[in-house]
Amino acid sequence: MQFPAKMIHSLFLVNSSGDIFLEKHWKSVVSRSVCDYFFEAQERASEPENVPPVIPTPHHYLISVLRHRIYFVAVIQSEVPPLFVIEFLHRVVDTFQDYFGVCTEAAIKDNVVVVYELLEEMLDNGFPLATESNILKELIKPPTILRTVVNTITGSTNVGEQLPTGQLSVVPWRRTGVKYTNNEAYFDVVEEIDAIIDKSGSTITAEIQGVIDACVKLTGMPDLTLSFMNPRLLDDVSFHPCVRFKRWEAERILSFIPPDGNFRLLSYHVSCQNLVAIPVYVKHNITFREGSSQGRFELTLGPKQTMGKGLEAVLISSQLPRGVLNTNLNPSQGTYNFDPVTKLLSWDVGKINPQKLPSLKGSMSLQAGASKPDENPTINIQFKIQQSALSGLKVNRLDMYGEKYKPFKGIKYMTKAGKFQVRT
Amino acid sequence: MTDSKYFTTTKKGEIFELKAELNSDKKEKKKEAVKKVIASMTVGKDVSALFPDVVNCMQTDNLELKKLVYLYLMNYAKSQPDMAIMAVNTFVKDCEDANPLIRALAVRTMGCIRVDKITEYLCEPLRKCLKDEDPYVRKTAAVCVAKLHDINAQLVEDQGFLDTLKDLISDSNPMVVANAVAALSEIAESHPNSNLLDLNPQSINKLLTALNECTEWGQIFILDCLANYTPRDDRESQSICERVTPRLSHANSAVVLSAVKVLMKFMEMLPKDLDYYSTLLKKLAPPLVTLLSAEPELQYVALRNINLIVQKRPEILKHEMKVFFVKYNDPIYVKLEKLDIMIRLASQANIAQVLAELKEYATEVDVDFVRKAVRAIGRCAIKVEQSAERCVSTLLDLIQTKVNYVVQEAIVVIKDIFRKYPNKYESVIATLCENLDSLDEPEARAAMIWIVGEYAERIDNADELLESFLEGFHDESTQVQLQLLTAIVKLFLKKPTETQELVQQVLSLATQDSDNPDLRDRGYIYWRLLSTDPVAAKEVVLAEKPLISEETDLIEPTLLEELICHIGTLASVYHKPPSAFVEGSRGVMHKRLPARTGSGESTESPDVGAAGGSAPEAAPSIIPSQGDLLGDLLNLDMAPPTTSGPPPPSTGMQMGGMDLLGGGLDSLMGDESEPLGGDIGGSPAMGAGFGAAPAVMPASLNAPVGGGLGDLFDLGGVGMPMGAYIPPKIVWLPAMKAKGLEISGTFARRAGVIQMELILTNKAMSVMTDFAIQFNRNSFGLAPAGPLQVLTPLGPNQTIEVSLPLSTVGPVMKMDPLNNLQVAVKNNIDVFYFSCQYPISMLFVEDGKMERQVFLATWKDIPNDNESQFQIKDCHLNSDAASSKLQGSNIFTIAKRTVEGQDMLYMSIKLSNGIWVLAELRVQAGNPNYTISLKCRAPEVSQCVFQCYEAVLKN
Repeated sequence: MQFPAKMIHSLFLVNSSGDIFLEKHWKSVVSRSVCDYFFEAQERASEPENVPPVIPTPHHYLISVLRHRIYFVAVIQSEVPPLFVIEFLHRVVDTFQDYFGVCTEAAIKDNVVVVYELLEEMLDNGFPLATESNILKELIKPPTILRTVVNTITGSTNVGEQLPTGQLSVVPWRRTGVKYTNNEAYFDVVEEIDAIIDKSGSTITAEIQGVIDACVKLTGMPDLTLSFMNPRLLDDVSFHPCVRFKRWEAERILSFIPPDGNFRLLSYHVSCQNLVAIPVYVKHNITFREGSSQGRFELTLGPKQTMGKGLEAVLISSQLPRGVLNTNLNPSQGTYNFDPVTKLLSWDVGKINPQKLPSLKGSMSLQAGASKPDENPTINIQFKIQQSALSGLKVNRLDMYGEKYKPFKGIKYMTKAGKFQVRT
Repeated sequence: MTDSKYFTTTKKGEIFELKAELNSDKKEKKKEAVKKVIASMTVGKDVSALFPDVVNCMQTDNLELKKLVYLYLMNYAKSQPDMAIMAVNTFVKDCEDANPLIRALAVRTMGCIRVDKITEYLCEPLRKCLKDEDPYVRKTAAVCVAKLHDINAQLVEDQGFLDTLKDLISDSNPMVVANAVAALSEIAESHPNSNLLDLNPQSINKLLTALNECTEWGQIFILDCLANYTPRDDRESQSICERVTPRLSHANSAVVLSAVKVLMKFMEMLPKDLDYYSTLLKKLAPPLVTLLSAEPELQYVALRNINLIVQKRPEILKHEMKVFFVKYNDPIYVKLEKLDIMIRLASQANIAQVLAELKEYATEVDVDFVRKAVRAIGRCAIKVEQSAERCVSTLLDLIQTKVNYVVQEAIVVIKDIFRKYPNKYESVIATLCENLDSLDEPEARAAMIWIVGEYAERIDNADELLESFLEGFHDESTQVQLQLLTAIVKLFLKKPTETQELVQQVLSLATQDSDNPDLRDRGYIYWRLLSTDPVAAKEVVLAEKPLISEETDLIEPTLLEELICHIGTLASVYHKPPSAFVEGSRGVMHKRLPARTGSGESTESPDVGAAGGSAPEAAPSIIPSQGDLLGDLLNLDMAPPTTSGPPPPSTGMQMGGMDLLGGGLDSLMGDESEPLGGDIGGSPAMGAGFGAAPAVMPASLNAPVGGGLGDLFDLGGVGMPMGAYIPPKIVWLPAMKAKGLEISGTFARRAGVIQMELILTNKAMSVMTDFAIQFNRNSFGLAPAGPLQVLTPLGPNQTIEVSLPLSTVGPVMKMDPLNNLQVAVKNNIDVFYFSCQYPISMLFVEDGKMERQVFLATWKDIPNDNESQFQIKDCHLNSDAASSKLQGSNIFTIAKRTVEGQDMLYMSIKLSNGIWVLAELRVQAGNPNYTISLKCRAPEVSQCVFQCYEAVLKN
């Protein structure tokens, strides 16, 4: 008999050691042996993140995502948009994190009934039902120590008795009757810069992924507008459904009724064509000599185009070639660590002081007699720059309509390194 | 106090304990017990034995407990159908509860219980819920129809639920609309011919309105549904596109990709000159780029789809090369896909950047990725001609690394570069041969063998090299065996004297000791060819190979169109039509892109649009990929590429091939020949073996090879050839110098024979007899082929015309000028000497028409120093007339190309001594001055050839 199940048939959660620790079936039960195909792929993959996201099996397809070192493996049986499934799985992860603070095997096991209720609420017959965290929280209350105690005493439940109000309104993302004593709206502009810098220090590609995350706690039905000093930067944007697209198209103003609580208002992308400023430079000299069992290692970091803001939380990591046995390096500041098994070098630099540039110098010992390694290590850099958005994006003003009170408003900027790589 | 306590059990029968707790009087204890049951269920434990006890807990006013019981029911109802009936009454009651949440929950759960008996009871509550006042219940009920349909389709139709569902498309609540669309789409999938989703402009309008207001998931359902619609005209198409484009800015990548699908499909109908068309093209790039900054799993799906989009509309992403550059910590599956797209986007403008990146990748750690990067370098060389040189030197650098798998990949791609640019990079063969011993993969071994066989004449020890492979013949893979067989036969045809033993050895290995039918067949074919007609063998085996096309793994256009209609689906990830792999897709309809229509005309039925749309606009010639992109190139020396155009006319040839084999095979195979002949066409293995060899013949016999150079070289209509040019007779020997004998004459070529046409006049007073003629040694070995036929004595004032056939086998000596001929004529009076110049066109032989590919290769091969350019002034012929005039003198036009009003004629000439002259004649309309470039390995002849051109064209 066939079950042409639309969308997700079953879900298995697999931990990094390859054990299934939770299964959920929305239709008939699929034997967990279907995951054997997944385990095979997992074995073949050199790294956990290299397991292919779509795996065909004779009767099913397995679509998986890896988050927080847990594989979320969805089983599907018919033609389904894979992005639909992947997006849904990411949403599941986000919801777990939202509910339990962390998304770990322990947290999921500790809350297995809530997890089950959530999964049931999020998907019906393969159709996503309620995936907005606002609505879910009205249907199933997140566990807190206090509530567990109260429930045990009073015999009341975690499950909301009322139909969530937002579910069917024209603003499904917001519940009605929100009340706060302190009305506040905070926005974080966070930009991540991805870049590849070549040996000689010139930029091969650089792009910025930006988001505006909001935390809005406002009474009633506020209607907000947010305008920018330089909206032209935003030509490639994805909005939260609350944003009125027409108004943006016409006036480049964000106009929206915000969801209650934390949400991502928009994400944007500034491409490499718009010449992204690179905030940090690396001088490096990593050499291996033929026939010698020693190699030299020198690294110096310096700030560049940071608009006067300091580089913080700088962390360098690099996968050294397999032939490297150990390193003997001397950091001018911070601490460094080399793992002789994984060959991973990491250097926690901390802040960069432009007057005294941090450096890491010394020697590497190589396997005796081995030929000089072919590959050059790539250097990964992480850093943060507070109070600055690298693209130069600036909020002009934030206004509220529809309610009479005066809210607290705040905007913060931050730049972080995303995948920032320097080739040597 | 966490749920993990539900997992702790005592040793004393767990089920027994739970049973007791479930039947407890205390509500709280009951709930805790159900939670324990659910917890066991989540880890796959069988708790079905508790079914009656759990069902007993169902009648409660505690919503959480109710939900938990429902959860349990859904899981186990199937194994306990009779028990499930017990729950029905509660369901029916709950469907009328005052709380819409409970009504919805009940109808939803009932639909999930896949037990036939329960469905009859479901109908009435479902009907009520579909018309419920609360939209939350309606939207849940809509989904329930799809569930019920899955269990009992007939029941759903009989009860009229489908019509109710259709009505819900006009519901006031967008979420209800979205769910109705989703349910109808799912039902329609199992009834491909039912007209469930009757899409018309009105319903489309409703869908578009709902699109703006429903949730992200609903938007996906609606967009996927819209993609099935065929707009009536371009105006409707544009208006839908306009309303769909805002979805490109959605945060949900699945919404974005579904919107891309709708736009890619409807764009097909927009006129290309429309402003909106280019606006739309520009709008598509940013969202696709943004998808690449998402989580790696999303990136992977996006990349697979971008791969299709780039093939269909390369212009969208042509400036976005950099976003596909690989980051070293990308997961391998993302890296490989990015690499693929990089090659597709490679062009002359960005090739330097791309090559630098690829070289960087070739030194990474991951073996698969490095291999693919090396292959990518080869593909760049083939795709962007200007970069070929740099690619080859990059590959040579990589070979120097001596990293085994890098060397092997490099050799495989260099073989393809040889195929694409013959006679250009063969200087690297020596380097390749150095690495012969390190090759252990069949593909690399086969590639190397191919190279050795193909260039056997340039490799001194080719026979030794091939012989070394032959030692372990039976341990090699089929691929290598076939290649080795062909290579040795090639070698034999090129150096027959030294390699007779070798070829015999390989033929006997292939035909007598092998179990592989393909190998045996190929062996027999060669054997037969070699023993019956070595000349034919040469033509077949050493035939010119069609050039390989630029893109080696493009998806075939019809499949590509279908896949574009399926953007965002599994089909688009696997690049296979949905019908090919999805289980349970019953009779899937093949989707096609709509045809472009004018605003006035309308395609009434979608089928008309489909038929029109399936005709590809410009079908590029393609070698279909077979998983491994270069796999089938290996066999190309035996078979021409499959082209998307009409197949090369090989059927006739194939028959010829069969005849050729017919008799011979009998004797070879004895009694078995009968059945073999009988199912030659039927058996695929035989078909492959036999079909391959004769199929090469069209190429060698001058039949046009489909695709290949066809589009580059377009042979203009060549008129009927006129007669060869014959210069007027001039006086060679005046009477004064020869005691009264005057000789005038000219040269002509008639029916392939060179003739010296002489007029002898006796201006003396006495009779002349005993005529004889002799030539001095000359540049082309011209000599009289017979005696001078002057039979009757020549009286005073008498004139006689004589034709003297000439041969070109006389002694050779280089003359200056080249076409100078010194002649001695004797008669009864004396011997007279004179010299004359013959037009070199006399020596142009009839079979001087060069094969196009050969022409191209030869032209490239001849060094540029050998090229000479001339001007021909005051010539008033058009290019076609010139071409036909020249053809009369055995100057053959091979191809004609028109560039900016200038006709370029490519011609070839073969001299009687085998020298080839290649010419490029440029004719500008309205300009009487022609430019001619001549290329020849013996550049001395160019001047004479040019004189011929001038003479022929001006007379």
